[in-house]
Amino acid sequence: MRVNNILGILFSNSYDEALPELTNLRTMGSVPFGGRYRMIDFPLSSMVNGGISKVGVITKSNYRSLMDHLAQGRPWDLARKHEGMVLLPPFSGGGIAGNQTRMEGLTGALAFLKNSKEEYVIMSDCHVVGNLDYRALFKAHAASGADITVAAKRGRAPRLDCMRLKADAAQGMRLTEIAVSREETPDCLYSLNTFVLRKALLERLLQEALNLGRTDFERDLIQLHVHSLRIHAAEVTAYVQVVDSLQGYYDASMTLLQPGNRRTLFDAQRPVLTKVQDDMPTIYGLHSNIKNCLVADGCQLEGEAENSVLFRGVRIEAGASVRNCILMQGTYISAGVQLESVIADKGVVIKPGKTLVGAANYPIYLAKQIVV
Amino acid sequence: MQKQECIAMLLAGGQGSRLGVLTKFLAKPAVPYGGKYRIIDFPLSNCVNSGIDTVGVLTQYQPLELTDYIGNGQPWDLDRANGGVHVLSPYQQIKGSQWYKGTANAIYQNIHFIDRYQPEYVLILSGDHIYKMDYARMLDFHKAKEADCTIAMLEVPWEEASRFGLMLTDEASRITEFEEKPKNPRSNKASMGVYVFTWAKLRAYLIADEARADSSNDFGKDVIPAMHAAGEGVFAYPFDGYWKDVGTIESLWEANLDLLNPKVDIDLSDQDWKIYSRNPASPPHFVAEGASVQNAMISAGCEVEGTVDFSILFSQVTVEKDAVVRDSILMPGVTVKRGAVVQYAIVAENSVIEEGAVVGARPEDCAQLDAWGVAVVGSGLRVGRGATVTPSAMIENDVEGEI
Repeated sequence: MRVNNILGILFSNSYDEALPELTNLRTMGSVPFGGRYRMIDFPLSSMVNGGISKVGVITKSNYRSLMDHLAQGRPWDLARKHEGMVLLPPFSGGGIAGNQTRMEGLTGALAFLKNSKEEYVIMSDCHVVGNLDYRALFKAHAASGADITVAAKRGRAPRLDCMRLKADAAQGMRLTEIAVSREETPDCLYSLNTFVLRKALLERLLQEALNLGRTDFERDLIQLHVHSLRIHAAEVTAYVQVVDSLQGYYDASMTLLQPGNRRTLFDAQRPVLTKVQDDMPTIYGLHSNIKNCLVADGCQLEGEAENSVLFRGVRIEAGASVRNCILMQGTYISAGVQLESVIADKGVVIKPGKTLVGAANYPIYLAKQIVV
Repeated sequence: MQKQECIAMLLAGGQGSRLGVLTKFLAKPAVPYGGKYRIIDFPLSNCVNSGIDTVGVLTQYQPLELTDYIGNGQPWDLDRANGGVHVLSPYQQIKGSQWYKGTANAIYQNIHFIDRYQPEYVLILSGDHIYKMDYARMLDFHKAKEADCTIAMLEVPWEEASRFGLMLTDEASRITEFEEKPKNPRSNKASMGVYVFTWAKLRAYLIADEARADSSNDFGKDVIPAMHAAGEGVFAYPFDGYWKDVGTIESLWEANLDLLNPKVDIDLSDQDWKIYSRNPASPPHFVAEGASVQNAMISAGCEVEGTVDFSILFSQVTVEKDAVVRDSILMPGVTVKRGAVVQYAIVAENSVIEEGAVVGARPEDCAQLDAWGVAVVGSGLRVGRGATVTPSAMIENDVEGEI
């Protein structure tokens, strides 16, 4: 089989509402994560590393930052004459309002789907941090004979409207029951919203739903067909973090301080690719004291930091102290500042001598370019 | 081919033999510098930042890594439909084939490449120096002086002047005399190896130079003196800023550590004059709980658990627990294992310093100070467990350790 027989579809705005602070000005896909990445880098890199060479990115709103990040898709080797990356902005007409829901996004992209020659589709959201092996996922799909395969994780279900699954191990993890809920369930199999299916089947299901006026992807396209189609779960056991809230974002970021998690996420054979910024390497000053921190390029660190994630171009002046924080690109921490459990969005400036203390279970969020 | 006002020719064929084992498998311009760059990133980025978007890169010695690195020129925005970067290697001609015999001959052999763009001016650069320079200003100077040749000039400290090719100038910056590494310098104005020529003039002199059997076909030794002797307008353009030739182990080591000196005028964080480079996809670096990092430059993908002081770590370097790295330069992919000590050293790409090994030493710990120098470990080597690499050693093969 040709490796590029699979079309990739990414939903850049899915679950924006779960993270209102960070998605106020951007899409879930363009939320900065892990020092130098954007959330979309994870599924997009999985697609590219999985041999997919054509990816449609469905957008809904606030996608300027996303366009800036993706551009023509060069860092992912998707700037191609044929195939490559295609941005699918809202498309209204034909009775749809323009990518408000996943279903509308797909319906708007129907022409793109139909014009693509690939036999299969892999669709993903952007709220999951992980390095999913899409080749393995596709292999599992092909081997099980399923019509649809859903990547799933076992554990505490996220506080998101997402599918909780019951699967029959005797039937190769075929789903027997699907509940769409946002209830917090301590231990269950839940969907990571990565789907594999034939393109023709997706087109058919979409057309049917459209004809019947059905508008909910999970309920009308998947849940409805739990018995009429063979829908299987592919359980992901590797490191995966679901961003379901600001707290979830904070916790997921902090998991990167564990070496094992980094090794899995940043597997050199399946690298996470992102836009190149050409910052200089980070400079540590004469009296800097940095412990247990993930640090991107372009920082100038003179003060103290511990258990933190520092994005590109962060500056910490001498005599400042940062603990359990996530400081996004260009955060400026002046002398004498004490910062604990803070999430600072891009370009935040903390003036000398200020103290801001949040808690690990209630981090303080500072919006983009705020000056404290 | 659209006409270009000025194109650049970058001489990148040199071996850099004084860098020894570091240039065993790669040309000098491809030598890593400054945590994430290679030397050639500086002239290439200067070109782009100066608005020069057609660059011929002349390669000869060990071109594989350099050619691969330049690729289509995309990291420098030099992947252009019109112009862009072109790698020009020696080639076979109908009357035979020859290597580039000298800097001027390299350009002579590529006259047809330059002619395609019908430039007014040609900028000649070398891939040996670390500096940030706006070539557009130098070109303006060249035009204002109605010069035929303009040489970028830097005032060096008088005590070092005798190491350089020097120029004497009149009040109008016209060069009156050249001195090549004189014992008693009469000038401290050194040539930076950056030239602007009016192409029609240079073209004629290159052809004349090639016809001379006694010529070494070198810009500094033959072409420019010939132009000067014939009374052409040869001017010195004063440059003020950081400039360093990284031709020796000591100067390469120094130029790297200059980046940690706030008093040195080379700011790589300047957003208006970025130095571009091609880099692998690496995650941010990680500094562990027990680590101590001070006065250092660290790149993406590094994992530091030990002590790093006054050092430059390129991408994907690992410094394990209880390892110590001081006053050193660790190139991409180097691993320093538990308890190893690396001091005053340059360790080239992907080499491994095994547990407890000692590489280099501080000058104050050296019995014979005149035998002291920076230790160098070549690329892809292994310094075995507990082994010692003495100061100023240059390691080309694996060093056996304890079994």
